[in-house]
Amino acid sequence: MHQYIFDNYTKNDKSSLIPIMQEVQSVYGYLPEKVMKEVSGYVGLPLSRIYGVATFYNMFRLAPLGENIIKVCRGTACHVKNSANLLFAIENTLGIKAGETTKDRKFTIELVNCIGACSIAPVITVNDDYHGRITTKDIPSIIKKYSGKQKAAGIEKAEEAGTV
Amino acid sequence: MVELTINNLQVKAEEGMTILEAAKSVGISVPTLCHLKDLVPSGACRICSVEVEGMRGLIPSCAYPVSEGMQVETNSPRVRRARKTIVELLVEDHPQDCLICVRNKNCELQDLSAVYGLREHRYHGESKEHSVDLSSPSMERDPAKCILCGRCVRVCNEIQKIGAIDFANRGFQSIVTTPYNKGLSQSDCILCGQCILVCPTAALRENSSMKAVSTALQSKTKYTIVQIAPAVRATLGEEYQMPLGTDVTGKLVTGLRRLGFKKVFDTNFAADLTIWEEANELVNRVKEGGSLPMFTSCCPGWVKYIETKAPELLAHVSSCKSPHEMEGAVLKTYYAKKLGINPKDVYVVSIMPCTVKKFEASRAELSEHTMPDVDAVLTTRELVRFFEVAGIDFEDLNDDKFDDPLGESTGAAAIFGASGGVMEAALRMAYHTLTGEHLDNLELNAIRGAGGIKEATIPIGGLNLNVAVVNGIGNIGPILDEIKAGTSKYHFIEVMSCPGGCINGGGQPIHQKTDKVLQRMKVLYDIDKKSVKRRSYENESIKTLYKEFFIEQGSHRAHEILHTSYHERKI
Repeated sequence: MHQYIFDNYTKNDKSSLIPIMQEVQSVYGYLPEKVMKEVSGYVGLPLSRIYGVATFYNMFRLAPLGENIIKVCRGTACHVKNSANLLFAIENTLGIKAGETTKDRKFTIELVNCIGACSIAPVITVNDDYHGRITTKDIPSIIKKYSGKQKAAGIEKAEEAGTV
Repeated sequence: MVELTINNLQVKAEEGMTILEAAKSVGISVPTLCHLKDLVPSGACRICSVEVEGMRGLIPSCAYPVSEGMQVETNSPRVRRARKTIVELLVEDHPQDCLICVRNKNCELQDLSAVYGLREHRYHGESKEHSVDLSSPSMERDPAKCILCGRCVRVCNEIQKIGAIDFANRGFQSIVTTPYNKGLSQSDCILCGQCILVCPTAALRENSSMKAVSTALQSKTKYTIVQIAPAVRATLGEEYQMPLGTDVTGKLVTGLRRLGFKKVFDTNFAADLTIWEEANELVNRVKEGGSLPMFTSCCPGWVKYIETKAPELLAHVSSCKSPHEMEGAVLKTYYAKKLGINPKDVYVVSIMPCTVKKFEASRAELSEHTMPDVDAVLTTRELVRFFEVAGIDFEDLNDDKFDDPLGESTGAAAIFGASGGVMEAALRMAYHTLTGEHLDNLELNAIRGAGGIKEATIPIGGLNLNVAVVNGIGNIGPILDEIKAGTSKYHFIEVMSCPGGCINGGGQPIHQKTDKVLQRMKVLYDIDKKSVKRRSYENESIKTLYKEFFIEQGSHRAHEILHTSYHERKI
């Protein structure tokens, strides 16, 4: 089913594992288990090793992302400006922890070490939008603003392929 | 050769040797945890650190080659301090429950803690919390007790070539686990238990059936029968500090009687019975053009493997149940009837060198009218615990004999426990079936020993029978590829999952002794050699069994009771 991805790589070449995983993730937005079983057969590595690689690197994700990605900056400047409280407020509002996705797949919370926007600390981004100099009071309205958005492209593809 | 100094001793070592090996060659022991002999060093645990003059940091001796003029200190205060710190850090992130741990007194971490004299808790911090994986009937995985040495991962990947477990996550979150952390039952683990044999702690252990067996022994309605696998008698003595290679058959029978079993039978009886059926199946396949090569089916790990990895080849697997399942099936049909007791009241316990046998016993196919052929399986290690708790001083027991009729066996059955044994036993019988004559050369040295794939060609009548013995599931790959490609020259192939066969099974005593496999094998070959009857077709009790019950090999009733079926297994 994913032969079009594998075609660019030699069969049983272990060194192609990470590039293949990256390509799969660029299609689905995450690494569906079913696809990883195919990758295991093609690359010639056990699924346990692939799971190990997927959980070792931060760039790989095992669950689909939400439609909206909230990145909370936990860099030094934001930390000094109490970004921990922002994170706490976002987690409480959405009922999930950092790194998780809401059940309705609307939101994913991620932590980043510095966004490079220290002048407007504390800062969070939602998708491509920056929200700076905010307090916990601003969180509900920010979240509300993104609650009605369309599904992310990766999820639609995954649903079509029946891998979700 | 290079010359180096270790602790002021002049040492001559071969080029390419590690410092660890060079030290060992002159009687200097260096502690190890992640090290596994014959595998590429990983250098992960650092407990084997030594000081090398001129080098900045401490050097992991398991991974560093010797060189000319090298000056090594394995026992300097700096080395000892570093090792102690490593042990302390491991211990602090380890459950402090030695007193109630199944590996108490047989734990490498505990030993190191004693050697380096830990007397106080110097480090305090977060410790990892993980739940125990109880998903498999054979094995338990307790990642909280794991010290991440990686020995299980390497045995599973590099020796068995299964790859059911590996490291996941990173840093403090690191864990050895199954794909997607789903548990052993949801992985392609064949439950061979080789990982248990190399685990330094109790992070990997068998799923114990002691409670169930104990309850059955107390029951007033259950008629408890026990059977012993060939390989157990060759190893159990090791747990009582007897020399490697001591045959303890007689003591085992006495011990099991004292535990309260009503009958003590021998799985060797059923090994002979297996040969009757399996050799017959082979002869039929050869004569009538059935699926060849035919694989043996005694090893449930191998059966699980082919069901998972190559289900398209299942027609090549003999349909014979494994010996202890045959014994159970005969006990619950023929024998129960003979005794005049309800088969539902018969409780069959198998003492096995094996962890997969527990899984096998739970297979629904292996039952008579919904009664499992075997009710519980105890490993060699569990039996030792049973003897201990029952106050049985094993060393002092007298020898006793198995009960009749399912206690009689020939030398051919005894060697089932060693890699190549089933093949040898089957050939002795097949030769007789095909030619009507006795095979003179009873010892086929080509298929004995520790080789990974052992092969032989046996002229039988007008046919040259090509046979192979796969010693350890890690060697199966090329054999399966050949069959898939239609180029296999073999007629008959024995497969045992554990390297060495059942004598090195995952349920056997845990200790790291390099030469144990061959010495354990020797016990079984000696039993064979000393036997008056060395061919399965000479077993009188089996002749009676066929006369009274099965009529002939491969009969309808034999198929119903002694044979089984397999199915594709998806994970």
